[in-house]
Amino acid sequence: MRTDIIKAFSSPSDGGRLVIVGGGPAGLAAAAKARESGVKDILVLERDARLGGILNQCVHSGFGLHMFGEELTGPEYASRLEKMADGIDYLTNTTVLNITPSLEVECVSREGIFTIKADAVVLACGCRERPRGAIGIPGARCSGVYTAGTAQKLININGVMPGKKFFILGSGDIGLIMARRAVLQGGEVLGVAEIMPYSSGLKRNIAQCLDDYAVPLMLSHTVTDIREKYGRLCGITVSRVDEKLSPVPGTERDFECDTLLLSVGLIPETELLRSAGAELDKVTGGAVADERMMTSVDGLFCVGNMLHVHDLADYACKEAEECAVFAAQYLSGEKKRGKTVRVNCSGGVRYTVPQLLLKDFEGALSLKLRVGNVAKNVYIAAYADGEEVYSAFRRVVAPGEMEYLTLSKEKAEKLRKAERVEVKLKEKR
Amino acid sequence: MKDFDVIIIGGGVIGCALASRLSSYTCGVAVLERANDVACGASKANSGIVHGGFDAKEGSLKAKFNVLGCAMMEQEAKRLDFPYRRNGSMVLAFGKDEESTLHSLYERGVKNRAQGLGIISGDEARSLEPGISAEVTAALRCTSSGITSPYEMAVAYGENAAQNGAEFYFNACVTSIERKDKKFVVITENREKYIARAVVNCAGVHADDICRAYKGSEKMPEFTITPRRGEYILMDKTEGGRTSATLFHTPTALGKGILVTPTVHGNLLIGPTADDIEDKESAVTTSSGGQRVLAGAKKSVPDIIPKTAITRFSGVRAHPSTDDFIIGWAFDGWYNIAGIESPGLTCAPAIGKEAAEQIAKDMNFSPKEGYIAERKGIRAFAAMSREERERAIAQDPQYGSIVCRCEQVTEAEIVQSIRRPLGARDMDGVKRRTRAGMGRCQSGFCMPKVAEILARELGRDVNQITKFGKGSYMTEGYIDED
Repeated sequence: MRTDIIKAFSSPSDGGRLVIVGGGPAGLAAAAKARESGVKDILVLERDARLGGILNQCVHSGFGLHMFGEELTGPEYASRLEKMADGIDYLTNTTVLNITPSLEVECVSREGIFTIKADAVVLACGCRERPRGAIGIPGARCSGVYTAGTAQKLININGVMPGKKFFILGSGDIGLIMARRAVLQGGEVLGVAEIMPYSSGLKRNIAQCLDDYAVPLMLSHTVTDIREKYGRLCGITVSRVDEKLSPVPGTERDFECDTLLLSVGLIPETELLRSAGAELDKVTGGAVADERMMTSVDGLFCVGNMLHVHDLADYACKEAEECAVFAAQYLSGEKKRGKTVRVNCSGGVRYTVPQLLLKDFEGALSLKLRVGNVAKNVYIAAYADGEEVYSAFRRVVAPGEMEYLTLSKEKAEKLRKAERVEVKLKEKR
Repeated sequence: MKDFDVIIIGGGVIGCALASRLSSYTCGVAVLERANDVACGASKANSGIVHGGFDAKEGSLKAKFNVLGCAMMEQEAKRLDFPYRRNGSMVLAFGKDEESTLHSLYERGVKNRAQGLGIISGDEARSLEPGISAEVTAALRCTSSGITSPYEMAVAYGENAAQNGAEFYFNACVTSIERKDKKFVVITENREKYIARAVVNCAGVHADDICRAYKGSEKMPEFTITPRRGEYILMDKTEGGRTSATLFHTPTALGKGILVTPTVHGNLLIGPTADDIEDKESAVTTSSGGQRVLAGAKKSVPDIIPKTAITRFSGVRAHPSTDDFIIGWAFDGWYNIAGIESPGLTCAPAIGKEAAEQIAKDMNFSPKEGYIAERKGIRAFAAMSREERERAIAQDPQYGSIVCRCEQVTEAEIVQSIRRPLGARDMDGVKRRTRAGMGRCQSGFCMPKVAEILARELGRDVNQITKFGKGSYMTEGYIDED
């Protein structure tokens, strides 16, 4: 069966072949939508032993409200998506090593090395967690320091507890969810420290994962020391930080624990984008994409957390579905790249996706963006050559919550035709 | 009680290089190592530089072994299959004062017979290395210097010793050594006893403690070892191209400064600090250390991006009170190889060779028949051509199963790293031998799988798997299913 698929896809295509790299939520949603949009020759490549991606380890509920109108657990959500993509060819335990600018996809599996010539590729490889070394927490280099996602995998997939007494650095969503998970599995969670004066996680997760279990959230605090005994973590020091995020001497507090979980940011996986030579965005860490989610490489699309980190799997899926429609159009002949105009971000807006608007594109524009800091009573405004063409009021914006803007056809038109496009925050007068 | 001809105390790069050389003679060799693996002290956490030999004072043992070791390195790397690349180095001068130091270094290098030295202008330096600072006014270039992977070098020597019959004992922390008749009785913390005709002290930062642990009446040379901590920051492979040569600061009264170097695996490494500390085991990283490393590195290469750091580590070097290596017989049967600080890694092949020859001569060992001079490392999937990969997978399908996605390490390599002579027994052991977990996610994705493979191969429960032995358990126990 597998060898048949490998054989079939190793032979030349008839010009309409779509390869989707990644069988997580975004990849599966893209596959199902591409088929619905008329693409017949589709292959999903997944490096793990099964489809579903990180959803498999997310046993908590809260998925699917936007996609399916009901609340599902991660595995339930994955099986819904798998059902939607049922019948589409896929290969698990298959890692993509390299993609060339002409979309030759080099793969490895236990069957060997094989190359698939694709006519379009949707990259949906997800993201990885920022490790300890990236934020430079000082102290002992012992066991007992894990990223929250690794701990989640250990508990929910491997069935083992990474420790008994936890402290969590970073209030990203996985960290919050793991605080609750550790408590439910009989662990103790001493607290969650967040270096910023606000949480980067969803409000609902703070309520449901910390407040409900009396786990303290220490804003403007960070871990400033890690201690070990016999090679295992035995305690940490937490300090308050000032406005410059530097620890304030004299505010140190020691906690005795055996495990430190890190939830300090997610970074898109970029290896395959780099191998194909796609332009990367320094802010998102992912690809620079146009309104179709196409990268600077013709026919190479990128979606989900690999494009930019989303708040919810649902949003990643929606983005993937939109992209799949464009990929289908691309395959059916509308292959021209077209001229673009770049969206410049300033005044508190860190980035937008897409980063590039297509001059001759028609229809409404959906723009996703993140801000750099918490702000209250602001407008998010878009400017075409200095003229404000759109603004939306927000009572509060925060880095942890992505903003979604939909611009009407007319307004989108003005931006696309402009020489210079800007998006920024504007104070309410 | 086990009886040997020679007991080597310490399984760092020096102990392993010596064991490898001694195992070419007809003698029974044991290596006693306090940690769970070889190369767990300074040998795993240093700059990995093969120095040219202009830095050490003329006439010193450091100078002698540095130049010898540097000349041997390429051949040793081939023979034992560890990474080595002659990338050259530059000592950067910022202003007139430092330029005059460059000239003294150059002259010292010539006296030491270091190869490939030359002084170039700041502009010449920038044309060779466009990333270096506009403030650089001159540089001492050394084309004979290179880079290696220190722990892989130690593992290579260790494996070669093991394949030639040397015995390695881990978690064997030596607490006392007694003289009984003509022999030494070496006693460990676990109350194990090992007997030998000779003891070689390669205990690194603990070499003075080992001398003090000797209960006999003979006089030891006077020296103490000061633990000197050096902190490093390792940057992502995206940054590996910031320089092709190793860049040093000009040494000043304040110290040797911070270096910037590519690694043999394509990362960028910056460091080290040099802080004398009390606790010989304190290989922690500090916030001030990290800041000094970054500031120092940015002085040489201003465009270094702090957020591309993927890990930080520190090593504790053995700084001797004599300021030079202490090598030789202390008295009949006791040989010290102590105070091997920088450029100790470069010196290791030469020290191992010369010490082994001297010990063999003085103890009348003869060359061993059937001695295996060469050692083959694990074939890394990441380094193979497509054809090699196809062949490897056809022979062993586990070569088609990528476990560490960042470094493209396959299950086949991880299994081999455990099954080899002197195989890995913990997470760090696998990491040093295969690079699984060395990449930008720092084992976030592959850790559970590597632990599973270790448990399977060692026939242990997964909750018994450690990061580096002792109590460094990765997990606490199974989840209660109810």
